[in-house]
Amino acid sequence: MLNWFHRLGSPKTFFEISGRWQVPLLSLAVLMLAGGAAWALLFVPPDYQQGNSVRIMYIHVPAAILAQSGYVMMAGAAAVFLIWRIKLADVAVKCVAPLGASITFLALVTGAIWGKPTWGTWWVWDARLTSTLVLFFLYIGVIALRSAMDRQAGVGRACAILALVGVVNLPVIKYSVDWWYSLHQPASFSLTEKPSMPIEMWLPLLVMVIAYYLFFFSVWMMRIRNEILVREKNTDWVKQWLAVR
Amino acid sequence: MNLFIASVRRDLLVHFRHPSEVLNPLVFFVVVISLFPLGIGPEPGQLKAIAPGIVWVAALLATLMSMDSMFRSDFEDGSLEQIVLSEQSTFIFVLAKVVSHWLLSGLPLVLLMPLAALLLFLDEAGVWALTLSLLLVSPTLSLLGGIGAALTVGLPRGGLLVTILVMPLYVPVLVLATAMVQAAEAGSDTIGYVYWLLAILFGSMCLAPIATAAAINVATDQ
Repeated sequence: MLNWFHRLGSPKTFFEISGRWQVPLLSLAVLMLAGGAAWALLFVPPDYQQGNSVRIMYIHVPAAILAQSGYVMMAGAAAVFLIWRIKLADVAVKCVAPLGASITFLALVTGAIWGKPTWGTWWVWDARLTSTLVLFFLYIGVIALRSAMDRQAGVGRACAILALVGVVNLPVIKYSVDWWYSLHQPASFSLTEKPSMPIEMWLPLLVMVIAYYLFFFSVWMMRIRNEILVREKNTDWVKQWLAVR
Repeated sequence: MNLFIASVRRDLLVHFRHPSEVLNPLVFFVVVISLFPLGIGPEPGQLKAIAPGIVWVAALLATLMSMDSMFRSDFEDGSLEQIVLSEQSTFIFVLAKVVSHWLLSGLPLVLLMPLAALLLFLDEAGVWALTLSLLLVSPTLSLLGGIGAALTVGLPRGGLLVTILVMPLYVPVLVLATAMVQAAEAGSDTIGYVYWLLAILFGSMCLAPIATAAAINVATDQ
């Protein structure tokens, strides 16, 4: 098991293994995205209160879930890099930051679009919106530090430290802004509790959440592969791989 | 412990001889505060309503102004590297740096609070709550800011980047502190906020220097 872990940590092995996974993972993600979106947008009955605008939920809720867990995954990779100094983990941290920031941005934008018909306003300074905005700033901080320290030796470790500091602060930020009176509905999706919405609305949401995760992972993997090629461009195996192409 | 006392004493001495670095953020704070009545209008009721937020944001900006210099001179003259190489604990050194930063930027801001409150027509309960909240929170600001200062110390111009890195971390204390002042003005109990702010202070006292010391190790490792 540990041996496997170490082997996967080498860029070359990861590149080979991920090359086999890339196409099936991405096609499954796209298939589920298309299927889930069609199901949610065409076949789910409209909400008795919100009407058709409830369908924005199927784009918004998975993005909001992924925005947070993306940061936690980044912090996990950062911890792996700081503890074991596996270079691949640093590549993973670098590649997931812009991805997570875009997903967070998507969650904010779709939230605004959903807020306009339901609450009558694009933006409210509500707890959940604010903590997502702060999460966005945390992502931006990691990206900004990375680009400012470009070409310096300690850039990977510095960004990893910042990501870990952010993940420790995340719950504190979340609970402190929860003190405000909240306009937002409580979490609409949970695997452990009985769904508060009817099953024909909940199932397509589940499909969409899984599809978002698969899409996230496949794009993350593609970015990592790209970064590996750039970083290892002077090694023999990359030259051979390029020569074959 | 010797390192702690020696470091704090040296920092105080250096800044005592070159006071402008300490005074500039304080002047900045007062100038920002006095700009708001000019921009919004001199109506006391309006100013009083937004005073806690204004004072707090101005205090955060003033703290961040001085943050960039926390490790910079030590990094440039190489003494930071000597500390890391020596057998002394970097954790203690970081704590000493944070304490001297607080003594030179946080504490003077606390002392300026009554003046700021006076300019914005806060009543007595509000003044006390404001001063107490800044007293409780300013060490946290120095502790968390130290992480940003250490991460950017190797960069030629870290000032603006520190703000971007550290501002999100300041959100919880900002929310709790302004809520505390508003609660005090409304005449309700503030002890719950005091406990919260103290909990955050002690939590960051334990954790933030670890991150700062790690960042210093990275910066001096090149």
